[in-house]
Amino acid sequence: MLSAVVASPELWSIIGLSLAVSLCATTIAALLGLPIGTALAIWDFPGRRGIVVTCNALLGLPPAVVGLGLYLLLSRSGPLGGLRLLFTPAAMVIAQSVLALPIVVALAHRAVEDLWEAFGDALMDLGASRWRAVPALIFMGRRHMLTAILAGFGRTMSEVGAILVVGGNIASYTRTMTTAIVLETSRGDLPLALGLGFVLIGLTLLISAAAFALAGRPTW
Amino acid sequence: MRHTLLRPTWLALALLLTGVGGAPFAAAEDAPKTIVLASTTSVDNSGLLGAILPVFTGETGIRVRVLALGTGQALDTARRGDADLVLVHDPEAEQSFMDEENGVTRRQIAWNDFILVGPDSDLAHVKGGHDAVAALAAIAKAHAPFVSRGDRSGTNALELRLWKAAAIDPKSGAGSWYRDIGGGMGQALNAAAAMPAYTLSDRGTWLSFRNKGSLGIVTEGDARLINRYDVIELNSAKHPDAKLMEAHRLADWLVSPEGQAAIGHYTVNGETLFTPSAGNPK
Repeated sequence: MLSAVVASPELWSIIGLSLAVSLCATTIAALLGLPIGTALAIWDFPGRRGIVVTCNALLGLPPAVVGLGLYLLLSRSGPLGGLRLLFTPAAMVIAQSVLALPIVVALAHRAVEDLWEAFGDALMDLGASRWRAVPALIFMGRRHMLTAILAGFGRTMSEVGAILVVGGNIASYTRTMTTAIVLETSRGDLPLALGLGFVLIGLTLLISAAAFALAGRPTW
Repeated sequence: MRHTLLRPTWLALALLLTGVGGAPFAAAEDAPKTIVLASTTSVDNSGLLGAILPVFTGETGIRVRVLALGTGQALDTARRGDADLVLVHDPEAEQSFMDEENGVTRRQIAWNDFILVGPDSDLAHVKGGHDAVAALAAIAKAHAPFVSRGDRSGTNALELRLWKAAAIDPKSGAGSWYRDIGGGMGQALNAAAAMPAYTLSDRGTWLSFRNKGSLGIVTEGDARLINRYDVIELNSAKHPDAKLMEAHRLADWLVSPEGQAAIGHYTVNGETLFTPSAGNPK
């Protein structure tokens, strides 16, 4: 039974979409989250603590709430309905980016906070402005940044509550690994649902291993 | 430090992320002739739509994206303008949808029936009966566990009507024997199999469900257990953005001799799940 499914093109399209949506969302969260997390560590401004506390609280942002909020925004009768994004992969990318962003920000902030304490004075003595210190610090803390990105990626790959609502679990269009697992469970095909779960865990493991291999050994 | 050595690997990682991420969306672009059908889990999870819609798409080139929801949620999705056509099974909810002038035509495409399923142990001694209301009364009296969908689906709506007919307020059993799980048919069947408990199911989902455990049909054949599926076309005055032309073609096809034959020929394990009834509505 499971072997027939593994050989089916539908499974590969589901895996492809899962990876595409999650990688897009993770990329967006990383491009925004790493600079924001770093900036929060090196600039002091009114309200900074509040933002940091909020980001840490949002580590546990409930996907169902994000899904519902986005649904109401993107619905044809909602303020962004004209974009026609509801029940598309793009809506799923937005939902997952929102979920992954606080994770990347909070972990990047934590990593850079320590680096800034240790090397901030030295960097400033060398004549770097705080603006130029941002990319330098992200680079110095790259292994922690990688962890931050992978934590965000893990969130996007495992999440189901938000994408089920804004994607609609439409066959061959917005059906991902996690929504397919929910569907097969509801069909009572528990072995198939479990098999899909193992494929999902295996994929996440592979990508994590590949990212570590690419990033190389620690240099500090 | 080996900055220069490492820089290309980061570049490669970034390229990989954006490249792998971006490619599949090119293919996922909105096709010109694609409609969204808000439907119910009972017609989608049972495999019916997956079996008949490719025939329609092959003939017309119109692709159909199916949202499998409960009837209440499917109608709400259409109310908000997020669907182009509706295929559901709750006469009362459909009537209010029509009364609000959300729909213009409502046509029956097929019917089957609901069944009461329960565990082998049969605490309420209802096995083999043909009176759904009496069966529910016996279940309540025995305080035998009963799983309710509780999700405003067509099945949930019928269940509540049956309790009313039995003059029982099932909420009085909340927290003990009456278990409102707020989920789909499959979830309810999974829960009922595990507890074990009685529950009301449509026959299509039941026949294609694979985790029955000790559950079996205990009551069937009551005239009140009929399950009608209607296709509803939306009102262009209220839903100007919906793709009504394409939706109309699908609605017409579902009631056409060809669509009706496709519905009637769909079987699971040799059993017919839906009886086409466009020409002779039940």
